[in-house]
Amino acid sequence: MIKVTIDDVEIEVAPGTTILNAARQAGGDIVPPAMCYYSKLPGTGGKCRTCLVEVAAGSAADPRPMPKLVASCSTQVMDGMIVKNKTSERVHENRGGVVEFLLINHPLDCPVCDQAGECHLQDLGYEHGSAKTRFREERRTYAPIEIGNKIKLHMNRCILCYRCVHVANQLTDKRVHGVLHRGEHAEISTYIENAIENDFSGNMIDVCPVGALTDKTFRFKSRVWFLKPMEAECACEKCSGKAVLWMFGNEIYRVTARKDKYGEVETIDDKTAWICNDCRFDKKDTIKWNILGPRKIDRHSVISQGKYATKNDQNPQLLR
Amino acid sequence: MESLTNRKKVVSDKPMTLWEKIYLPAIISGMITTFKHMLRKRKTVKYPEETREFAPVYRGQHVLKRDEQGRENCTACGLCAVACPAEAITMTSAERQKGEEKLYREEKYAATYEINMLRCIFCGLCEEACPKEAIFLTDRLVPTYFERDNFIYGKDVLVESLDQRIDITKRQHTGKRSQS
Repeated sequence: MIKVTIDDVEIEVAPGTTILNAARQAGGDIVPPAMCYYSKLPGTGGKCRTCLVEVAAGSAADPRPMPKLVASCSTQVMDGMIVKNKTSERVHENRGGVVEFLLINHPLDCPVCDQAGECHLQDLGYEHGSAKTRFREERRTYAPIEIGNKIKLHMNRCILCYRCVHVANQLTDKRVHGVLHRGEHAEISTYIENAIENDFSGNMIDVCPVGALTDKTFRFKSRVWFLKPMEAECACEKCSGKAVLWMFGNEIYRVTARKDKYGEVETIDDKTAWICNDCRFDKKDTIKWNILGPRKIDRHSVISQGKYATKNDQNPQLLR
Repeated sequence: MESLTNRKKVVSDKPMTLWEKIYLPAIISGMITTFKHMLRKRKTVKYPEETREFAPVYRGQHVLKRDEQGRENCTACGLCAVACPAEAITMTSAERQKGEEKLYREEKYAATYEINMLRCIFCGLCEEACPKEAIFLTDRLVPTYFERDNFIYGKDVLVESLDQRIDITKRQHTGKRSQS
């Protein structure tokens, strides 16, 4: 075990842990935000630069500070390392700049976007962004693309985090979509708009940190904060069958995987609880699900508005 | 104890003087006050025939605005419904089809939009929450009805008609909402 100090919080982690994961083990508000890193998908991270932190001392053996900010999702901790995230002025300033860069081509269509209310870029922009843009050039625009008959891709909103590409690589047997072109012209696409027809392709929607990939069965149906998330399970031979139903009355509007506070799919019984396309898109009937109870929502989330906890809801078995 | 207000007066029970016993001077001074008021400008208005001007910040019946080209501004983002403390607003959204570009400004629009006027407390938070400058409170009064269901205002009442635009420029220039 090696000792590392992040924002005056001292923790011991296993060697080889990244700074971001060490911060997540400590928890609290010292955790740097991450747009592209996804702990359940090996190989992600290092692209969005939102998780940059300052390393004030490299290690106990060599306590010199690192000259530049480092990406915490891909930098491993050293014994005696001192990391500054919230306490560093440089990090704060830099993160504002990164958000500005991410928002250069991101349209301001939150009132239309289905991801609003659970969007990581929205949170990040709220915390670090400025109200005005300095970008005067024309934004790149694309027409929405249908990926298969269940997923819609709004390339305008994409921040090129590559998470969905990793999902396709690691979860499905054959990847048919990827990032084409380079730099400003880079875009997620399928060759000749090939349909993605794998059973787990729907997980691209869950890993997308913005509203670029959206569920067509839920498109414009409702806003997430009008729906009540319920934990549910079903007997599914393809996937874990453990999901969250987004309900309005007795109607299921949408099915997603269970996500933790970092927006990542939870690990249940030592397995990442990805759900298959049948569960996600086709089981919109309450008969097919065993509803366990309401899901715990962060009090500060807009999704918690209008939802009042009753005594039944406080059953610890239902809430984790 | 020191009195808290200056309204307390000591009641005296002194016998009246001759001047006070005559009464006439007191009556005359009283009548002077009465006649003075008869000549003054009236402070009330004869209501149904005459109405007072509304304050620019008056919050009356809502309107869903259209833009200059006559397209509906509302995109059914749901922020007014979240902001509403009385939970009076409900809506369902729909996707704009091809050929409807002249009807709705954005690719999503409110298929139904209902305000329950019995619940509404006219606080104006919906107006403040609106990112699209779609909903405004106007100086129109909500009429009374005998039936409850008449108070649920749908899009047919709320959306301004193309030939009878509702002027909300006064509201746009009051408070925070002033246009920059």
